[in-house]
Amino acid sequence: MKTIFKYFLALAVLSFWTQSCGDMNSGKSSGQGALSGNAAERVYVAPGEHDEFYAFVSGGFSGQLAVYGLPSGRLFKVIPVFSVDAEKAWGFNEETKPMLNTSHGFIPWDDSHHPDISQTAGELDGRWVFINGNNTPRIARIDLTTFETTEIIEVPNSAGNHSSSFVTENTEYVVAGTRFSVPFPQRDMPIAEYKGNFKGALSFISVNPEDGRMDLKFQIMMPGFDYDLSHPGRGDSHGWFFFSTYNTEEANSLLEVNASQNDKDFIAAINWKKIEEYVNGGGGKKVPAKYAHNVYDETTHMATSTMKDEVLVVDPTEVPGAIYFMPTPKSPHGCDVDPSGEYIVGSGKLAAELTVHSFSKMIKAIEEKNFDGDAYGIPILSYEATLAGAVKQPGLGPLHTEFDGKGNAYTTFFISSEVVKWKLGTWEVIDRKPTYYSVGHLMIPGGNSRKPFGKYVLAMNKITKDRYLPTGPEVTQSAQLYDITGEKMELLLDFPTVGEPHYAAGIAADIVAKNSRKIFKLEENEHPYAVKSEAEAKVVRDGNEVHVYMTMIRSHFAPDNIEGIQVGDKVYFHFTNLEQDYDVPHGVSMIGANTSELLIMPGQTESFVWEPKQEGVWPFYCTDFCSALHQEMQGYVRVSPKGSNVPISYTLDGDPVDIE
Amino acid sequence: MKTGSVGIFCPFSLNITPEMKKSKLLMIIGPLLMLGLFAFPLWNITLEAPQYPIPLGMNIHINKFTDVHEFDIKNINLMNHYVGMKYIPETIPEFKIFPVVILVMAALGVLIGIRGDKKWYLVWFILMSVLGAAGIYDFYLWEYDYGHDLDPKAIMSFKNPDGSPMGFQPPLLGTKHILNFVAHSYPRAGAYMMFTGMLLTLIAYFVARKEEKSVAKSKS
Repeated sequence: MKTIFKYFLALAVLSFWTQSCGDMNSGKSSGQGALSGNAAERVYVAPGEHDEFYAFVSGGFSGQLAVYGLPSGRLFKVIPVFSVDAEKAWGFNEETKPMLNTSHGFIPWDDSHHPDISQTAGELDGRWVFINGNNTPRIARIDLTTFETTEIIEVPNSAGNHSSSFVTENTEYVVAGTRFSVPFPQRDMPIAEYKGNFKGALSFISVNPEDGRMDLKFQIMMPGFDYDLSHPGRGDSHGWFFFSTYNTEEANSLLEVNASQNDKDFIAAINWKKIEEYVNGGGGKKVPAKYAHNVYDETTHMATSTMKDEVLVVDPTEVPGAIYFMPTPKSPHGCDVDPSGEYIVGSGKLAAELTVHSFSKMIKAIEEKNFDGDAYGIPILSYEATLAGAVKQPGLGPLHTEFDGKGNAYTTFFISSEVVKWKLGTWEVIDRKPTYYSVGHLMIPGGNSRKPFGKYVLAMNKITKDRYLPTGPEVTQSAQLYDITGEKMELLLDFPTVGEPHYAAGIAADIVAKNSRKIFKLEENEHPYAVKSEAEAKVVRDGNEVHVYMTMIRSHFAPDNIEGIQVGDKVYFHFTNLEQDYDVPHGVSMIGANTSELLIMPGQTESFVWEPKQEGVWPFYCTDFCSALHQEMQGYVRVSPKGSNVPISYTLDGDPVDIE
Repeated sequence: MKTGSVGIFCPFSLNITPEMKKSKLLMIIGPLLMLGLFAFPLWNITLEAPQYPIPLGMNIHINKFTDVHEFDIKNINLMNHYVGMKYIPETIPEFKIFPVVILVMAALGVLIGIRGDKKWYLVWFILMSVLGAAGIYDFYLWEYDYGHDLDPKAIMSFKNPDGSPMGFQPPLLGTKHILNFVAHSYPRAGAYMMFTGMLLTLIAYFVARKEEKSVAKSKS
């Protein structure tokens, strides 16, 4: 009996030991490395200390751009770009409404995809972030001194603005390619006549090196494929741009089947310098096009929207030697250029291997006219002639690749849900780590430049299922941070994101942080309704339109008692924040105003409209806890019936507003 | 040896003898050093608080108040209005008087140095010390008023343990806790140059005495 008992005991201990051992192994292999080792320490940024990198992570269907710190994964700000944001009054206040204007009118939402940071000589310069709106094609420019969207340009003749918004080596251009081809010019025609009649526009938007101002310089009207992603050449390949394509079948229905028939689709190689010369020499054709160009001015604190009516289009067949197709297996998604500019990695979504083209071989093939026919007059290079190599059996569903600057590439695999590290040149797989789950893009800070900061890779996941506390049917997307300084990748951190992170751009914090503005200078404020001292505050009636010029400073509005407003008036409140101190915004909201609050930075002026519908005395108040007397920062507006003889008056502490 | 008597109004016959050169030089350089007050601030008041990781600071020159960081004075005023303190004025009468005093005293000092009568060295030093003390006393009075003449409608009023209204006078010299602020009040480069200059004139006096003795000795 005793022996049997001992036997069972021994068995129990043994099984416990093997089980825990197994847990440890599975823990490691499933990437739960964060639990072991000192992963926590490596992502811990002590209170008051700063992260080493900024990560600008696209918000996807939120339409915005989120700013995180790495390695901590802390969220600092969500920059409103394409979607209205009631918190920041983006698209609600009078100043920013024009930013969301398009040829289709005001649009409160878009789907933001691929942020890219401006470059000088192939290295990140940290001046601007560009990001594309996918649905109603637009490119936005975010100024990294204010971390605000300061320009949005609509892209005509385009639809599903997806192979965007990537910049050339000196930010000469930010490039936007259409995912959906559309009739050109747009017209009423049978959908079934797609083939040969639809066109795919690749748009080159010039960027003024002084102030970043964008201008749609030319559009190349390509065959009606789907242009999925793109990247610029760099180094020797500077002057070229590469676009992946799918649906070279030119299907117009059930694309999941009909666009997956061809064994190979293309990567289009575009010599934009050549086309630029052609255009500068008077080439191309000006055609009518309606698109909005919206610019926010940091001195007037207002945006203006201008409707353009013309665009220069280029027929690719008229610039021989500028455009070639490189066959690439199975509907490639990512089209990524390594830091040297020599390798172009095509991630065939449905392919068994990862295709890498060589730029130098491509040039040789062009010189030797090593063609394999043409598509709509554009030469197709021989597949073997441009092939540098292939990564064999790397995983399933490759999407996107970035580089660490040390000769390694990192590719995401959506279907097998992993990040795979492989070596450029030998094409051998070095390491693979799972993601949780179904990773889309990944990002190495500077990974799309000549000089990556090869310390971390951030994988952005489409699905999280059980990874976090459940929040009903809709759960968060996520990002995962891996340390890539060693031979093997190490999962350090896993954090939720805002919206769906399609892609991100990262940069060393010191390049950007030193330029971040603290306040707007009041003396530089040129808003037409700004008042720079309490003495200038006033209320002016013009018919049934009333303009209130009001100031805010800790902890009061001036004026804070207004009488003489009538039901049916259209009251424009213009608030100027007189503060000149860092981090002292004031907010304001008016009871019953059919709009959002305003959140006004020091030295800034913002406006909203209030149309009182009822008589009475209605309060307004500061919505941002500004000071110890924040609760006292409030005021009243008296609303009299229409036609009342109560005169306009405005006071502070019983006095006409003239004190400072 | 003697090249003739030289009056104070004849500064260009320099009457420099190798033995006397040192004291005269000190007496000339000393007052000139005070001119540094036109280039550098005299005093600085810095306020630290939890909400001000970058402290607020005001430099006091002999002719103006300046921000350490842009808008600091505006923000000091904003803070101080809660306890009813007056705004720091754009200018004060002293800003007209001080530069004149410094210029006159510097010129006077140089002339005295050139004349080379050591008695006058001491007179100059004592006069400058008295003027300096008067200046500091004036500054103290302004500070006292600034810290105590409070708006009766002040948002917040604090009482000392004995029931008297709390003042918010920054320290004349040193560091002091005032509510959530730590106030530092210290001299700056201009003041150091002035003090050094004054010290040089005092040294000039003693050096001159020594020089005269040794001259007398060598004569005997």
